[in-house]
Amino acid sequence: MKPASREFKNNASRALNDAQLQRALNTVQGGFIEKRRNAADKLPEFETLRDQARDIKNHTLEHLDLYLAEWESKATAAGGHVHWCETPAEAREAILSICKRLNAKSVTKGKSMITEEIAINPALADAGIDPVETDLGEYIIQLRGETPSHIIAPAIHVTKDQIEADFRKTHTHLPGDRNLDESTALVNEARQILRQKYIEADVGITGANFLIAETGSSVIVTNEGNGDLTQTLPKAHIVMATIDKMVPTLEDVSTILRLLARSATGQEFSAYTTWSTGPRRPGDLDGPEEYHVVVLDNGRSGMLGTEFQDVLRCIRCGACMNHCPVYQSIGGHAYGWVYPGPIGSVLTPGLIGVDEAGQLPNASTFCGRCEEVCPMRIPLPKMMRHWREKEFESKLTPHTVRTGLGLWSWLARRPGLYHLATGIAARALSAMAGRRGRLRSLPLAGGWTRHRDLPAPQGRSFQARWKSGERSMQ
Amino acid sequence: MSARDAILSRIRRATGRGDDAGRQAAVAERLKSHRRNLIPERGNIDAKARIKLFEDMAIAVQASVAHVASSNDVPEAVAAYLRQHNLPQHIRHGAHETAANMPWAEKAPALEVVTGPAEPADEVSLSIAVGGVAETGTLVLTSGPDNPTTLNFLPENHIVAIRASDVAGSYEDIWDRIRKAHGEGTLPRTVNMVTGPSRTGDIEQRIELGAHGPRRLHIVIIDE
Ligand code: SF4
Repeated sequence: MKPASREFKNNASRALNDAQLQRALNTVQGGFIEKRRNAADKLPEFETLRDQARDIKNHTLEHLDLYLAEWESKATAAGGHVHWCETPAEAREAILSICKRLNAKSVTKGKSMITEEIAINPALADAGIDPVETDLGEYIIQLRGETPSHIIAPAIHVTKDQIEADFRKTHTHLPGDRNLDESTALVNEARQILRQKYIEADVGITGANFLIAETGSSVIVTNEGNGDLTQTLPKAHIVMATIDKMVPTLEDVSTILRLLARSATGQEFSAYTTWSTGPRRPGDLDGPEEYHVVVLDNGRSGMLGTEFQDVLRCIRCGACMNHCPVYQSIGGHAYGWVYPGPIGSVLTPGLIGVDEAGQLPNASTFCGRCEEVCPMRIPLPKMMRHWREKEFESKLTPHTVRTGLGLWSWLARRPGLYHLATGIAARALSAMAGRRGRLRSLPLAGGWTRHRDLPAPQGRSFQARWKSGERSMQ
Repeated sequence: MSARDAILSRIRRATGRGDDAGRQAAVAERLKSHRRNLIPERGNIDAKARIKLFEDMAIAVQASVAHVASSNDVPEAVAAYLRQHNLPQHIRHGAHETAANMPWAEKAPALEVVTGPAEPADEVSLSIAVGGVAETGTLVLTSGPDNPTTLNFLPENHIVAIRASDVAGSYEDIWDRIRKAHGEGTLPRTVNMVTGPSRTGDIEQRIELGAHGPRRLHIVIIDE
C-alpha cells in the first residue's frame, strides 16, 4: 500500500468535514468502549492477566530467534512449508509463485492486515488471479475500492445505506426491487455470494493472530467463520504472518487469548479460534493439501533492542484506536497507511520510515487512554514521544517549530536571559491583546489562531510571580 | 545469506548478549514444562457447577442447549430439534464411533443420516466435541475422519454432542487432553474452538448471526 501519511494534516481536516464519515464514527464510542469495559469488569483477573501477557511477550521477544527456529522445525515436521521474507516484494513473490504453480484462477482471503502491508491484492490481479476478500467488512471495502479504516472493523467508516447502494450496484444479477432495508438482508446477500467463491477458489490466504513455537501451528481468531472456509476448502492454505506473531506455548497463547476478544470487541471469547498445523493428514476427508506460511520481517527485527521493542508485543486488538480521541474524530484513513490510531502512530514510522510517517506521532492528545486499555501494556504515548524526538533530530519538523524550539532551549539554558525574554514577551502579548485579553492573530502562530483566539498572558510571567512570593491561588 | 539466516542473525545480535547457552536452556525449559499462567477462578468449580457454567456461557452467545441421559438418546433429540426449526430430516456426521454407534434407525427412523465431509447442499451437521470449556462456553473440535472440519462451517445448522464429563474448567485442561491423545509438540491439522454461532458486527456494529459459518449452534450434552 502506497503511504499517504505525509498528507496526514490535510487528510484529517477533510475527515472532520465529512458528514457521512462522522455519522459512521459515532458508533465507535458507544459500541467498543462500553463492551470492553463490561468484559474487563466481569473477569476479576483481567489486570493480572495483562501483566502476564506483557511478560510472556517480553520473554518471547528476548528469545525470538530461538522460538522462530523451533516453530519452523515443528511446522516443517507437520508437512508445512515456511517462506522467510525480508520485504513486502519478497512476500508477494512467495505468494505469487505458489499461486502460479497451482494454476490458481481465484484466491479467497481471510482478514489479514499484513496482506495490506504487502499489497497482495493488486499483485494477484496483475497476475490474472482474482483476489476475493471474504470477511464481510473487507468484502464491502473491496467493492468500494477502499482500504480498511480499522484493524478489526475494516468498514467501520461505511454506513448501512452506503453498503446497500454498493450491493445494488455490484450484485446486478439479483432483482433490482429486492428489500435490503435490514442489515440481516445485507449479511444474507453477501453470504450467498461468497459461498460460491469459497467453493471455486484454488488457494485460500489467511492471516495469523499467533504462531505457536511448541507445535508449529498458526492461529486465527474470527467471528464470521470466513477464515475457516477460506483455509479448509481450497487446495492450498497460505498463512501470511510476521515474526512478531510468535508465542511459545499453548498455555501462553491461552493467556493472551483471554485478553484479545475482551479488549477488541468486548466478547468473552471470539466465535472461532482456529489452530492449523500443516496440511491435511493421511485419512483426512477435507482440509488443504498444502500448507504454507509466509513469514515477513519488513523492519520489525530492526526494532528489537531499541526503545521501540515493546511495540512488537502488539496483538492488534484495536482497543487503542477505539479509545483514541483523535481516531474517534478522524477515522482510520487519515493516517495514510495500513495501521491507524495510536498503534499506527508508533508502528508506521518504524516500518516505512520517519520521513514518510513523521506526522503520525503528533496525532495525539497524549491523554494516555491508549496505554490504559492496551492489553499488552505497550507504553504508546512514550513511544510517540520517542518518534517526535527522532523526527526533530532528523530535522523533519517544520522550520518554524524547529527554530522556535531551538531558540527556546538556547534561552532555557540561560536563566537570566530567559526571565528577561519571557517577561518582555508576556508584557508585549498582553499589550497587543488590549482590553479583550485575546489575540485574533499572531505571527508564526497561525495554526492556533486560525481556529481560535490566543488568550494573552495576564500580567507578569509565572517565574516572576513565584519569585515575588505569590504562591497561593487567590 | 538467505532471508531466513539474515532475519534470525539480526534478531540474535539485537537480543543475544552473548549468552547462547542460557537462552537455549530457557527456551527448551519453557517448551517442555507446559507451565500454566494464571487461570481465572471462574472455571475452578465442581463438576455440576462447571456444566451449568458451560451451558450458561454458551446460551449467552446465542447457542442452544439440550440434555440427554445417554448417547442412545441423541437421535431423538436431533430429530426433535430439526422438527422444531422446520429443517429437513437429514444430517451428516463423520466417522466418530460415538456418532456411528448411536441407534439412528431405531430411534429416529424418519431421519436420513449420511457420513463424510460436508457438501454445499447440507443444511445440518453433527459433530462430536473432544471437550468444552466452561469459562466461556467454548466447544473444542479436532479434525480427522471422525470429525471433518467442513462439518463445522458449511451447513447452516451445526449440532454438537458433548459428554458432560468432557466439559473442562479451562482451555489448559483441554490442551493436556489433546497432548495425551495426539502426542507432545504437535496438534491435529485443525483444532476448532467454537463459541456460539457465526456472527458479524461489520454493518454499523450491529451483531448479525450466520455471517459465513452456521447460523445456529445446538449443543447436546450427554449426561451419562
Ligand atoms: S497497541 Fe495495544 S491496544 Fe493497540 S492494537 Fe496493539 S495490543 Fe491492541
